[in-house]
Amino acid sequence: MALITCRDLSLGYDGREIVRNLSFEVNAGDYLCIVGENGSGKSTLMRTLLGLQNPLYGTIAFGDGLKKNEIGYLPQQTVVQRDFPASVWEIVLSGCQNQCGLRPFYGAAEKKLARQNIEKMGLSALKKRCYRELSGGQQQRVLLARALCATKKMLLLDEPVAGLDPKVTQELYSLIRSLHEEGLTIIMISHDVSAALLEADHILHVGSPLFFGTKDEYMRSEHARIFMGKE
Amino acid sequence: MGIWEQLSQYITQYSFVRNALIVCPLIALCSSLLGVTLVLKRFSFIGDGLSHVAFGAMAVASVLNLTKDMPLVLAITILCAVLLLRVGQNAKIKGDAAVAMVSVGALAIGYLILNLFSNSGNLSGDVCSTLFGSQSILTLRPSNVWLCIVLSVTVVIIFVLFYNKIFAVTFDENFARATGTRAGAYNLLIAVVVGVIIVLAMNLVGSLLISALVIFPALSAMRVYKRFLSVTICSAVISVICALTGMLIAILADTPVGSTIVAIDILVFLIFSLIGALTGMRRR
Repeated sequence: MALITCRDLSLGYDGREIVRNLSFEVNAGDYLCIVGENGSGKSTLMRTLLGLQNPLYGTIAFGDGLKKNEIGYLPQQTVVQRDFPASVWEIVLSGCQNQCGLRPFYGAAEKKLARQNIEKMGLSALKKRCYRELSGGQQQRVLLARALCATKKMLLLDEPVAGLDPKVTQELYSLIRSLHEEGLTIIMISHDVSAALLEADHILHVGSPLFFGTKDEYMRSEHARIFMGKE
Repeated sequence: MGIWEQLSQYITQYSFVRNALIVCPLIALCSSLLGVTLVLKRFSFIGDGLSHVAFGAMAVASVLNLTKDMPLVLAITILCAVLLLRVGQNAKIKGDAAVAMVSVGALAIGYLILNLFSNSGNLSGDVCSTLFGSQSILTLRPSNVWLCIVLSVTVVIIFVLFYNKIFAVTFDENFARATGTRAGAYNLLIAVVVGVIIVLAMNLVGSLLISALVIFPALSAMRVYKRFLSVTICSAVISVICALTGMLIAILADTPVGSTIVAIDILVFLIFSLIGALTGMRRR
């Protein structure tokens, strides 16, 4: 069974429908890229997958032992975070919160997990630094380390390279690629279709008309021609 | 007679001075703890809004001739805190507008009720002391002193037990919610605790000055420290020291307690801003 199966979803808020008849599934080990124009409902879809809002119609089924709170999430930065006084360690550790339940403090297991993920993201030297003093790319890696603490199976990335320079963008993409190769299922939102086609193996094009399929199917489809111009 | 002798004489002779010196640091500690969260969540003015609600509630209590006004004031304030912090996020009227609306509304209605129904001879004096706290911390009844102690200790315990969860919800509410932390429940908890703190702090500085007690220590600490834990601890220490210093000065120099404490808070904020600017410059 697929990790996530969506059937006939209608998405929107305040009773306004943005996306309708959306059906797709995500299997273990997939790298799905969700593309579409601004305002097409990409972020709404992500919020719905994360359980932050309910779909207007349709169902989302989690399978294969994936629990709702086992999805790691890399959000876009908020205004609050930009001047937040917190160290890298404090932020990454907060990703382990869902393993604590009602337990008030972090145990040895959570601290070990946080340490491992800090190391994996190459942040060991910055562990005690203040988050707001880091560069954009470093901040994304901190949030990625936090997301890894919250999941063992699936990562959702919301425009992970927004605002980063080309070099850091490539570094982040290759970091995500290595996570995918380790067996994590990746869902990434991006408005950068060409990068999506390089990185992902499945494409979901939100907007009208909808498209869902493998990368190769997408390349041959009408969408790619419209969306990517001359190619 | 030296200042210290005068002070020790006050403390040994008058029980109300002793009470005030017990209650004051406790209240200061509580109000500073959640200050960091409120400032970071862009809710700095919630203290102000809620304290005006508490003023309105107090007006109702005094008109009804309730001798024990604390429970009623507490209930109404907590209710409004929940409405503003929790429901406010998806209501039609957003954040600052909702706070401003509730705040001035309660203030106006409270004063109106007092004017229409009060049988007190010194109305403006009563109002002034509720708004600015005047010396009310020095005239606390024993039952209120105990209530203050119990509530502040409870607030501190709750804060320590839920510290990590409060951090997670403050830093990134959506992430916390998406990964299975019950953000709604913790926001509710924060709202209730804020309500309790406001009513407590009203005794110390009066309802117009509460915001200062909540946000100044947090802002001062944030000038210098860069980790959430150190900011929280620093702001608690600043708050307690400022409140005690202010209170002692007020007792000795016979100045209003609330405004003296806030003046000291402002002074400390300026000093910490300077330190922050200097260390920032040196790093560059």
